[in-house]
Amino acid sequence: MRPMRGTVALAGNPNTGKTSLFNELTGSSQHVGNWPGVTVERKEGRFSLSGVDVTVVDLPGTYSLGAASLDEQIAADYLLARRDRPDLAVVVADASNIERSLYLAVQVLETGTPVVLALNMMDSAADRGITIDVDRLSSLLGVPVVPTVARRGEGTDRLKSAIVAELGRSGPRDRFSLPWGERLSPLFDALESRIESAGGLHGGMTPRTAAVKYVEGDAQVAAAVEAAGLRADLDSLVDRLGGRIEAELGYDLQTAVIERRWGFVSGVTAESVRRDLSLKARLSLSDRIDRVVTSRTLGLPIFLLVAWAVFRLTYALGDPLAEILEAAVGYLGDRAGELLAGAGFSGMVSSFVRDGLIGGVGSVVVFFPHIFLLFAFIALLEDSGYMARGAFVMDRIMHLMGLHGKSFIPMLMGFGCNVPSIMATRILEKPRDRMITLLVLPFMSCSARLPVYVLFSGIFFGEHAGTAVFSLYVIGIAVAVLSAKLLGATLFRGESSQLVMELPPYHVPSPSMVLRHAWERGAMFLQKAGTFILLSVAAVWFLASFPFGVEYASPESFVGHIGRLLAPLLAPAGFGFWQAAVALFFGFLAKEVVVGTLGALLGAGEAGLATSLPQLFTPLTAYAFLVMTLLYVPCVAVVAAFRRETGSRAWTLFMIAYTTLVGYMGAVIVYQGGRLLGLG
Amino acid sequence: MSISCSGCAGGKERVLSSLEIGEGGVVSRIVADGGLKRRILEMGLVPGTGIRMERKAPLNDPVSVWFRGYELSLRVDEANAVMVRPAGCAGCAR
Repeated sequence: MRPMRGTVALAGNPNTGKTSLFNELTGSSQHVGNWPGVTVERKEGRFSLSGVDVTVVDLPGTYSLGAASLDEQIAADYLLARRDRPDLAVVVADASNIERSLYLAVQVLETGTPVVLALNMMDSAADRGITIDVDRLSSLLGVPVVPTVARRGEGTDRLKSAIVAELGRSGPRDRFSLPWGERLSPLFDALESRIESAGGLHGGMTPRTAAVKYVEGDAQVAAAVEAAGLRADLDSLVDRLGGRIEAELGYDLQTAVIERRWGFVSGVTAESVRRDLSLKARLSLSDRIDRVVTSRTLGLPIFLLVAWAVFRLTYALGDPLAEILEAAVGYLGDRAGELLAGAGFSGMVSSFVRDGLIGGVGSVVVFFPHIFLLFAFIALLEDSGYMARGAFVMDRIMHLMGLHGKSFIPMLMGFGCNVPSIMATRILEKPRDRMITLLVLPFMSCSARLPVYVLFSGIFFGEHAGTAVFSLYVIGIAVAVLSAKLLGATLFRGESSQLVMELPPYHVPSPSMVLRHAWERGAMFLQKAGTFILLSVAAVWFLASFPFGVEYASPESFVGHIGRLLAPLLAPAGFGFWQAAVALFFGFLAKEVVVGTLGALLGAGEAGLATSLPQLFTPLTAYAFLVMTLLYVPCVAVVAAFRRETGSRAWTLFMIAYTTLVGYMGAVIVYQGGRLLGLG
Repeated sequence: MSISCSGCAGGKERVLSSLEIGEGGVVSRIVADGGLKRRILEMGLVPGTGIRMERKAPLNDPVSVWFRGYELSLRVDEANAVMVRPAGCAGCAR
């Protein structure tokens, strides 16, 4: 009886072309969300064949189901779920590196899920002189095997047919059982029957799977065993039967289990894969590139050059595009304002539409070019395989700073604008590394803060203006590094940082995939961050324009009141007057606005600031003000991007509080310290 | 647990990070704990696996090893958790 619908999970190692295959299977029917309770992306799509409706769920790329990382946990949980388990799993294997892919395939088989193996990247395998006996492989594993070249669309139809055929298979299936060998089998048998006699563990796991996972040291299974009151019995069985095994082998049971699984995988590989060694020379192109790119002398300079090129190109190409967008939005705003004024609406309404609404939208849309470009470059680096080399070369330095090799690119991007740099932290796979990088990114002084530095330095530091500005960047980096180490030692102390990273073979990236990926990221930013930014801009507009009739951002407006309230707090930092408070407040909107705000508030316009600022600031308090501008809460677009990337209101509030506090304390230290030193 | 190996011409157990570039070996055991040990094992560095030191980063940290048809990079303190014997050694007491 053929089912009318089914759900298929798509699993596979990273770098196996799983994304291409997912796109091939589901076309444009994709829907992106999150796995419940976490910020890991969940993609779902559909296809139909012979009247069967198939939903395909893309699992995160994982090397195993061992639950050592969040991604693995998600994959394992989904495959072993009590309800809503997938009917079938398609495991995507890299034909040119099949052994490791088979390890994951075997683990998926152990969950009891029916499997279809998609043998992808057959073209790379052929290039390397690797031939695979597909039938032999299929019979050794007991699953259908379909060769594919996803990025050329080859094999997709056969795969769809195989999926539908498997879904439609009625009758009992042969349960996959790994030949554990004469040492481990008795142990598993004993544990299995004990668990079975207790009625099994709660959850979708068979007693045999549970037994294996228990010996492997799976934390969730251990908890379930505890809850079922079986721990004492199981542990005594393990001690009795397992102790001997460990003595014979010279290593512990967990190692023995994983080693046996690899042994089975090696055996299957040896029997079904033939490698033409005469073609081994071809492989060395990748190797020769690596000799240069990771060499002692050239490795770092090459990477720094590449990173710099990405940085420069993103802004060189992005800035003009952003300006065009900004001009277009500004024009729209003006036209709208005129229209409304002409139609008799009050100045208030037209101001709201022009400055609040359209201005708000403008401040969102203006980031699209940079985000698009940055993600195009990142996709190029990742897909080609170079990103891993960059992380390899930078890791030592970054690790010393409390970060990860891959953190370098987001940190560098932060000097331009923190919005794309926050989104770039996606390249960090582990949550701990990603979170710490995210939290210290705001201290990388973005280009919007530069006008403030330049203005004040020019007025107060004369010939030392350049040095002053440079010192601020250095302070920013120093604070970032210190924060990373502090966070690593306190909030994130429990989780250890790891590299353990594959250096995948080089690939020529597919232009369509790169562009598609970049477009998706940009669109997602607009969607998700846009609303937040728009609301914030509207809110600030409101605070500056009311109570009704006041001049925009004057002392009598709400913003002015807030400024006057905050001013005394800023006194210890040396600038306790309401204009500074309001300027900093508007800096939340966008950092470049600080200069314009000061100009407007001091009634002199930017040109007149050279005379009006020294009436309020001294060189020391000016520097303190700059330190605060450098470090305190980033602009609303960054906050929105941060919220989107972390998916957590709590972390976002923490970041706002932390950066503002650090900025404030920095300014206070500078001012009070300076006074102590007699610098005025 | 130490293994005394008689069949390998005096080849002693060493940490993976001590291998020179181009040098090969066979994994004998993993001396880490918890998450790191599990990850190393599941990536395929189990006892009996043949490996070759492929390259080292500037400053000699991280290092990159070739085994089971692919290349894995490890920080030196991670590589220190992998004990290896000279290549050709089948391991003992098995």
